[in-house]
Amino acid sequence: MTMQITKDDLVDATQADDRSIDELYARRRAPLIERHGARIRAFFAAVLPPMIVLTILLGIWQLLCIKPTSALPSPSRIWSEANDLILHPFFIAGPQDIGLGWRVLTSLQRVAIGFGLASGAGVLLGVIVGQSRWAMRGLDPLFQVLRTVPPLAWLPISLAAFRDSHPSAIFVIFITSIWPIIINTAVGVRNIPQDYRNVAAVLRLNHLEFFWKIMIPSAAPYIFTGLRIGVGLSWLAIVAAEMLTGGVGIGFFIWDAWNSSRLSDIFVALAYIGVTGFVLDRIVAAIGAFATRGAQAS
Amino acid sequence: MSYLRIDHVDKVFTSGARATRVLEAVDLSVEKGRFVTIIGHSGCGKSTLLNIVAGLVSASAGGVVLENRQVDTPGPDRAVVFQNHSLLPWLTVYDNVRLAVDKVFSRKKSRAERHDWTMRNLELVQMTHAKDKRPSEISGGMKQRVGIARALAMEPKVLLLDEPFGALDALTRAHLQDQVMALHRTLGNTVMMITHDVDEAVLLSDRIVMMTNGPCATIGETLDVALPRPRDRVTLSTDPHYLECRRRVLQFLYERHHYVEAA
Repeated sequence: MTMQITKDDLVDATQADDRSIDELYARRRAPLIERHGARIRAFFAAVLPPMIVLTILLGIWQLLCIKPTSALPSPSRIWSEANDLILHPFFIAGPQDIGLGWRVLTSLQRVAIGFGLASGAGVLLGVIVGQSRWAMRGLDPLFQVLRTVPPLAWLPISLAAFRDSHPSAIFVIFITSIWPIIINTAVGVRNIPQDYRNVAAVLRLNHLEFFWKIMIPSAAPYIFTGLRIGVGLSWLAIVAAEMLTGGVGIGFFIWDAWNSSRLSDIFVALAYIGVTGFVLDRIVAAIGAFATRGAQAS
Repeated sequence: MSYLRIDHVDKVFTSGARATRVLEAVDLSVEKGRFVTIIGHSGCGKSTLLNIVAGLVSASAGGVVLENRQVDTPGPDRAVVFQNHSLLPWLTVYDNVRLAVDKVFSRKKSRAERHDWTMRNLELVQMTHAKDKRPSEISGGMKQRVGIARALAMEPKVLLLDEPFGALDALTRAHLQDQVMALHRTLGNTVMMITHDVDEAVLLSDRIVMMTNGPCATIGETLDVALPRPRDRVTLSTDPHYLECRRRVLQFLYERHHYVEAA
């Protein structure tokens, strides 16, 4: 679509007695403006409300903590004390004095290992529990009990077993995020329509072919629901685990800041954690939406 | 000599202490290349019978013999067209058929041959134009055609049709019935179809098998339809033999074995 007036339009315009060129011009432009207008409106409809709410909340916070004696810092004080953390996420000024971006990346690396292991093991266990009635009867009650154990309760056991903080933190991620993956995969496998099983039976698909061609695509929406819950839980757990195990992760940064009474830094770190968790969730959701496109029966 | 033989098949479903005898002493012989329809009221166990032939359900007693060999597990030699098409929604039309072709002809045909064979079967049901669409993007009638193509692509000894047109509107159904008749004429498959539509049964079949009501359903009567092929539904609508066959099936279903509402 061009907005230019072509020669044909001009001819048209000269032929039409009561239509001016301006009118024609406006007629051709109108849909374009409308189309862009709709997109701009949609953008503002999505962005404006949270911005307004955020501004109001920051304003209230500012008012509540405006006194110099208040226990918590106000937004303006956080900005003046910790703007280097906000503005420069990737500085390195010493072995323990690095930007929050690096710390988040360190934590993300642990999450990636722990969550990656949990995804693989969780899907496999879920498939077994979903496929076999006896495995379900034997394992499901165990899973239902274990999944309610809070992440940090695993930490001492894990420290005792691994005698090192790094694998311990990864184990805590693993054990925290695996349950929803197992349970959702099992439900997904149990819900494979009998029709698909019949198709597989008539075709005489072997176990491996059934796994890749029927089971995984059919259970994919459930599996990704489990992965999404799992990645959220691992991000919750890593921060808590790092507070206790030390190192350079974002969790330890908060603990360190608390010990040195840098409250403003903690607020900035919280914002980093929140945004990162949100992004993680959206990434897994997006992968899920991509991988399961067309998977829903009709 | 019979090609497919259902030999004294019983089926008992047990749930807990309660046992329900669904089929009792079902005996049926089908010659090669014949189109046989099984008709009966819903709940009479005709789908169970088809599933036993398909091997998806095992008979409690008796068995099924195909070409002198007993069959009791599912396999591509008895391809099923399911009532609700059962296409895999994450695969395209082409891939749904190709999956079957790849599995059945993995050793017998080369890659290129398997592609050609997939396309041949999509051509048979006139679905090549939609080969890259997913099942959710095509109509119910089209899905059923793809289902038929998938079944035909397995080169089955017996083609099993489980109420294949049940979920379709009347016009689409008539169109598909004509297509199935045309396919049967060109390919000469042995076909066993389940239906509860009297006209469909008379129009398509060489023989109609009428089942009594369950529980303990069995074959009440068989009727040979000696109408010449190709058959045309409009001409047949006034044909005396067609009308007589129709009358006899209706009489069986509604006078002698009328449907009883499950208590």
